[in-house]
Amino acid sequence: MKLYDGGKILIGLVVFLAFVLFPFYNNIGKVNAKPEPKTDTPEIQEWEKVNGKKECVESKEFMQREHMQLLNNWRDAVVRDMYRVYVSKSSGKQFNMSLQNGCLHCHSNKKKFCDQCHNYMAVKPFCFDCHIQPLEKEENKS
Amino acid sequence: MSLDRRQFLKIAGISSILGFGASVASATHTIWEKGLEPPQIEPNKDGLIAKRWAMVVDMSKFKTDEDIKMVTNACHQTHNVPDFRNPDGTVDEKFEIKWIWQEPYERTFPGAENQFMSEHIKGMPFLVFCNHCDNPPCVRVCPTKATFKLSNGVTMQDEHRCIGCRFCMAACPYGSRSFNWTDPRKAINAATENKAYPTRTKGVVEKCTFCTERLQFGKMPACVEAAPKGAMFFGDIEDPNSEVRKIVSSQLTIRRKPELGTGPAVYYVIGGSDHA
Repeated sequence: MKLYDGGKILIGLVVFLAFVLFPFYNNIGKVNAKPEPKTDTPEIQEWEKVNGKKECVESKEFMQREHMQLLNNWRDAVVRDMYRVYVSKSSGKQFNMSLQNGCLHCHSNKKKFCDQCHNYMAVKPFCFDCHIQPLEKEENKS
Repeated sequence: MSLDRRQFLKIAGISSILGFGASVASATHTIWEKGLEPPQIEPNKDGLIAKRWAMVVDMSKFKTDEDIKMVTNACHQTHNVPDFRNPDGTVDEKFEIKWIWQEPYERTFPGAENQFMSEHIKGMPFLVFCNHCDNPPCVRVCPTKATFKLSNGVTMQDEHRCIGCRFCMAACPYGSRSFNWTDPRKAINAATENKAYPTRTKGVVEKCTFCTERLQFGKMPACVEAAPKGAMFFGDIEDPNSEVRKIVSSQLTIRRKPELGTGPAVYYVIGGSDHA
């Protein structure tokens, strides 16, 4: 078998691979900090004291995986169908279906909770273009 | 049976599309196929319910400009309505967002002016806001169903769905809708904003919602609470014992442009007698 223009092809291949694999070898050895959403706000600690454990609307695994769909469904239920109360499948407790007055009441640390994973995954939900995020302690001090 | 290359590729292609599509669909949509349904979601127990919400505004009870300002401020404060101003302090009409505002008589009730009518009434400012029509033109033209009727008669606006096409603004004969030409947060004071209610964003249309979010927690609309005594009434017009129904069925009330067939649900009392 004879490779016509072998030199050019091989150089081209090397250049191509260097280009395509750039993100991989550029990141070798760099440690990407894993996202660690914090659930230690005063509100959550208060909840833990009263209820004996940390718990969200649904189980942690469910919330990690499905919170976006849950929020979308809450949105439609509240805005379009006038429901306000969510009954948890896992605990049977009732929750106010509200981002600003529900979720963010406990998770008052958007930067250390929402943004942790969203930045890591480079997703940019536009919830907070409209919904007002809580004032965070760090911001208060500075 | 032998397959040639072309047949093999066709079969392989179709079966991989079907198989892949089905597995993705079944993995992501099993839980959320239907959305949320009762009994997993409930209305709030303290919420006020009605067959048809309606408002009565008695203009004679607004004695001063302050009375009107109190009402508009209460609304705009509650709903984080931006206040765009020109450098000289006047309202910037290009960016103005209107939930509740004032209009002169001839723009409130056009066609109802008489040649010799009272100068007082002609010069009075009238409080106007969304009429929450029975047959709202804004809902008919909305291409995304971002604006729609709730079962209690309120014409509601779903900002999540609004694409900012402004068809509804062209359709509304009352000018009740405003477009966010720019980020409204620029003109909202972050220190005094209502943290329990969202703002809007650039590129959506907004308007009065009859305080749907307050009704659901058992509270009257913000304007009604802030109005002078006996100036604004809110209730179920389908309920014969409600205050609004009693006023509307006992004396002359007028509505804005009823001849258009939109069926507005805001009734105005112009005269001066007491009925509270």
